[in-house]
Amino acid sequence: MAASSSLQKTTLSEGSALAADEEELPSEDEPAISASEDEEGSDDERKHNKLLEAISSMGGRKRRKQNERSEASLQVSEFFVNAEGTGEKVMLSDLLGTVEKTPGTSNKTKKQLRKLENSKDTLDLPLNKQETEKIQRAIAFEKTAQEVALWKTIVMNNQRAEQMVFPLNQEPLGPKRVEQIVAGWKAETPLEQEIFKLLHNNSQPVIDPILTPVEEASLKAMSLEEAKIRRAELQKARALQSYYEAKAKREKKIKSKKYSRVKKKKKRKEFLKQFEEMVKTNPQAALEELQKIEMSRMKERMSLKHQNKSKWAKAKAIMARYDLSARKAMQEQLQINKDLTQKIVVHSDDEHESKGKELETVPDFVNDPEPVIDSVNPWMKGQLTCEEPEVSCVTPEDAQTAEEENKEEELLGEFERKRRLRQADEEALTPAEEKTEHASEVVGEDVVEIADNDENDDKEEEEVEEEEEEEEVDVSEFNTLFKLMRREKTQEAPEVGEELLEGPNRIRNMEDLEVLDEGLEPQPIVAPSLPQTAVVEATSEPTNKKSKEIDLNEVLTKEANVIKVPFLPTVVEEEHDEQISIIKEAFAGDDVISDFIKDKRKQEAAGKPKDVDLTLPGWGEWGGVGLKPSRWKRSRFTVKVAPPPPRQDQKLPDVIISETRDASIGRHQVSYVPFPFANTDQFESCIRTPIGHTWNTHSAVQKMTKPNVVTTMGAIIEPIVKEDFIKEKTTEKTGTKHSSERKQRRSRKRKNKLENE
Amino acid sequence: MAAPMPEGLPSTHVEKKNKKQKKPSKRYWEKTENPDQRKPGEEQSKDAQKQNKARPINRPLKRKKFEGPEQEKLDPFPGVAPVPKERLQKFKRGEKYKWHPDTLRKLKTAIKFSETVSDLAQDQAARFDLLLPEDAGFLEGDEDEDTCTISQDDIADAVDITSGSKYFNLDLSQFGPYRLDYSKNGRHLLLGGKRGHVACIDWHSKDLMCEVNVMETVNDVKWLHTEAMFAVAQKRWLYIYDSKGVELHCIKKFNDVLKMQFLPYHFLLATASATGFLQYLDVSVGKEIAAICTKMGRLDVMAQNPYNAVIHLGHPNGTVSLWSPKQKEPLVKLLCHRGAVRSLAVDKTGTYMVTSGLDRKLKVYDIRTFKHLHSCFLPAGASCLSLSQRGLLSVATGDVVQVYRDVCGSNPLTKPYMAHRLRGQVCGVAYCPFEDVLGIGHGQGFTSMIVPGAGEPNFDALDANPYRSAKQRQEWEVKALLEKVQPDLIVLDPGELGKIDKATFEQRHKRKVESLGFDPLGKEPFKPRAKKKGRSSAGAVERRKKKVAYEDQRDVIRESVQEKMEKQKELEEKAKAMELEKKTALDRFRK
Repeated sequence: MAASSSLQKTTLSEGSALAADEEELPSEDEPAISASEDEEGSDDERKHNKLLEAISSMGGRKRRKQNERSEASLQVSEFFVNAEGTGEKVMLSDLLGTVEKTPGTSNKTKKQLRKLENSKDTLDLPLNKQETEKIQRAIAFEKTAQEVALWKTIVMNNQRAEQMVFPLNQEPLGPKRVEQIVAGWKAETPLEQEIFKLLHNNSQPVIDPILTPVEEASLKAMSLEEAKIRRAELQKARALQSYYEAKAKREKKIKSKKYSRVKKKKKRKEFLKQFEEMVKTNPQAALEELQKIEMSRMKERMSLKHQNKSKWAKAKAIMARYDLSARKAMQEQLQINKDLTQKIVVHSDDEHESKGKELETVPDFVNDPEPVIDSVNPWMKGQLTCEEPEVSCVTPEDAQTAEEENKEEELLGEFERKRRLRQADEEALTPAEEKTEHASEVVGEDVVEIADNDENDDKEEEEVEEEEEEEEVDVSEFNTLFKLMRREKTQEAPEVGEELLEGPNRIRNMEDLEVLDEGLEPQPIVAPSLPQTAVVEATSEPTNKKSKEIDLNEVLTKEANVIKVPFLPTVVEEEHDEQISIIKEAFAGDDVISDFIKDKRKQEAAGKPKDVDLTLPGWGEWGGVGLKPSRWKRSRFTVKVAPPPPRQDQKLPDVIISETRDASIGRHQVSYVPFPFANTDQFESCIRTPIGHTWNTHSAVQKMTKPNVVTTMGAIIEPIVKEDFIKEKTTEKTGTKHSSERKQRRSRKRKNKLENE
Repeated sequence: MAAPMPEGLPSTHVEKKNKKQKKPSKRYWEKTENPDQRKPGEEQSKDAQKQNKARPINRPLKRKKFEGPEQEKLDPFPGVAPVPKERLQKFKRGEKYKWHPDTLRKLKTAIKFSETVSDLAQDQAARFDLLLPEDAGFLEGDEDEDTCTISQDDIADAVDITSGSKYFNLDLSQFGPYRLDYSKNGRHLLLGGKRGHVACIDWHSKDLMCEVNVMETVNDVKWLHTEAMFAVAQKRWLYIYDSKGVELHCIKKFNDVLKMQFLPYHFLLATASATGFLQYLDVSVGKEIAAICTKMGRLDVMAQNPYNAVIHLGHPNGTVSLWSPKQKEPLVKLLCHRGAVRSLAVDKTGTYMVTSGLDRKLKVYDIRTFKHLHSCFLPAGASCLSLSQRGLLSVATGDVVQVYRDVCGSNPLTKPYMAHRLRGQVCGVAYCPFEDVLGIGHGQGFTSMIVPGAGEPNFDALDANPYRSAKQRQEWEVKALLEKVQPDLIVLDPGELGKIDKATFEQRHKRKVESLGFDPLGKEPFKPRAKKKGRSSAGAVERRKKKVAYEDQRDVIRESVQEKMEKQKELEEKAKAMELEKKTALDRFRK
């Protein structure tokens, strides 16, 4: 209550005018308030008020009465439905008067509020109906224009297309696979999409189909029988594959050591073969293989794995004294180490040798073939000749070690048996010391039989390292194999070397020189046809010239000779005087030439347009019989017609070409330039090629007379569907947006410019 | 990972995955190629490409060197086989349109399409030219031997039996000098004796089709479009018989016909009469198309131009006139001889005309320009002329027939290629189409003479097939009738049909301009923009106008000047090259 009263007070205090207004238009609530205010029973005031009211109602001015119940509403009603107190102006300070007093508010807001209070701007009136509708229409137009613009490219393409086949988006004929029809699942996650992209790129089947696309294509290209045969082949291939897979699985499960050993041997042999082939066919791969071996060697040299430093080795070393098998195991390991660390190519040796050679004779590289020739092939790098002697030096030992192992073993085995027999005999006789000695001697060489036993003994330790070792053993074996191969090579190599050495000498042959020149000169063997023909022409021309020259002479001489033509009068170029006189006599009567000239004159005269004489005789001067208009007048009043274009036969004295135009062909000609063409040249160049079967091949005719629109019989041609054609909606939309924005910007700029000006 | 990887994708990522995974079972459709093996090759090719970019000239050589044995062999001739330029030139039709920078897009597409299509047509036609395998050759004598001394009997003995049988004589001494005509495909021969004997023969098989005596003077005989009908110009009227010798028509409108020509594509029979009338009979409808009074007297020399179907007439006053059915006056009149014209022949391509006159001269004309090429004097004078498909000219002088080679060209006649003496005065000569045979009608009958190299070796089976069956003939007849060319289209330049009728176009345009008051096609005159600050003064405006004036003319001049410059440059370069060629290594010591 107090608050409301204070509010009223403030309003009163704010402006006297307002207060007067209030007095004039007392609201309905006022009495109630006052009533409630003065509950003590100040009837005087009420009476006073009533009196005032009565007076005011008696006044001449009729006041608006607002007896409708008002409601607070945002919209300004047209029908006098006003919010309460519309008459009064609510000032900002009324609403926010307390803000000034509240301590929390910042100065800034206060300032702003003060400014707001002081500002006397009124709000704009809402636009009238027509305007708003206009704006709405403009926006709607823009929207629809955007939508329609999506179609623009499609429509353009269709208009420009050489041929349209309706219905559009026809499904391909022919049977479809089940997978195609039931296409429920789609790749969604990025991984799936990536995989599918890969598959699609390689034209791999997505769902395991009956046939791959490639096969399908090939099947389509085949007849039925061929297709059947092919199908059978494919089935067979698939069956074989499944067998193969099953076999591989089975083999993988086998755990027998013996089997694995056999397998390993086989593998080794295969590898050897492969390697040999590789050296011939793919030296790079062979090199890689070599590098692998080198790598393993390096690793071995770095580590002490196969030396007697490991725990196991130390234990074995202790045991070796007493245990044969332990000793053997140790030696095996050392052997592995040896094999692994064996260097394959010893460079230092051949360097030495080459140095020695250098001192003796001309440097070797003189004879070497040029290294550039085959930079790719490392086997042909020219050092082959030098390497060979080195290899031959090294090999004997290796070869013996590798190849004679088996023999040795066999021999040793035999020795062993004999010794054992002897030992058995002697055991009884000899003391124990000798026994041990014998044993120690034998142990080093005995390999085969005892190894198995040894392995059984120290299974626990060995099994751990077994697999690793196996690999390494493989590698070492490969090393030995490689050496073997080397040795074989040495036998072949000298021949090659000889050839290589002989190479440069051979060049001295003339033919070879030429061949070399050919090789060196940039003469493309597969040259384009033109140069070749040119060459041919060049070669042929001189001969032609020669022959021509000869021919000319011949002809000349022959012309001198009288042509031996039987029963034929000779041909003479020039007329003889006699003949001329004869002819003159014969045609004395009719002068053909003068007749012709006359004719031509006549024609020319007929073709010339005549001047128009507009003189009126007797006009401006005396007229009558015998009087002619003056020369001046005649010249003044004759209209001279422009001379016609020169006649076609102007420079041909013995020809009359008719200048009258034949209108008959004009009916069949095109008399105007049709639409897209700008001038006659364009149009004439377009129709210069005949399109009939008489002048063209069948395919050309078909292409030329292709109909613009093709409709399939019986198919319903439905209106174009948006989904089928406008797929990249979002991207296009953004594109159009951008463009529209650009346009707007441009137009705005223009406007601004105009305004500035 | 046996499957080949597309290059653009991150291969390492996928490979890792596959290592972890179980090795995928090898599928039969997967290629067995090793990716490792493939890489070096690719690298090489890339290297090669780089090098190529640097030095494009050495390309083929470099490539050769780098190709390892393991690489796939490249196709040494990639793409379609090229067609030799000369052959393409043969099938060229008209000039290509030269592009202007400011052509409309729609127009561009239209022109481009037409150009591609015409290129395709040309290319294919040139390619299919391969299918014309037959070649023509000429008779060649030994050293010191003139080919004209070789007698027909020798030739007939030397050649194979079928060719030898083409030399034969028909002894018909009773009914006077014979006129003759071969059918269009060269299979059938029509003979007309002056004294009324008419016979048609399938001369390959020497099979007499019919033989009648019309009991009247026969002036000329002519096959119509097929061998089923022929026309005979008799003493008074024109008659048409069928191949059985039955009289089909007597056309009384055509009287006193002396010579006839049949235009096969127009189905027109052109006749020249003694009364000076040139008449055209449409054979397909049986109507007279045109009757032109030439006012040139008796017309007994006639020939047709196979290229444009214009009729050439020779006149007693030494002129040759060219006629088309729709024009009442001669298209062209040439003064060829000082005496009367005795005979005429026009070559197949319509470029050359050979005439002979009473002044005993033989003249060769180029009828594209109507210029006289060369002439020669024949002491006996030529009574009959005929040009073969390959341009051999046969000249009948009295009782001797000479054949000349290389008539159509600038070099003059020197000596005959062949010659043959006959027993009577020669009355008509005609080459048999697609055969090396010259038919001669003379006083004592008919002689078929072998002239090697006379006929076109390749025939168009759809147009004129010597070996066609009756059924094929019927079908051809229907097609030919459908494709019949209207007589209106006989003009000197048949290419005119493909051009815009400029006269009517101009007329119409004139009318339009008159009615509109301005030229709708004309260029808008240049209106200089109004400028401020006194720059739009009258003088300035004039100056600005001058800058733009005659721009199109200037363009033309600029182009021509540029062309001239280029030509000059080329010439200079050529001269330089020639000089360089002439110079020897020793020239440097010369001073």
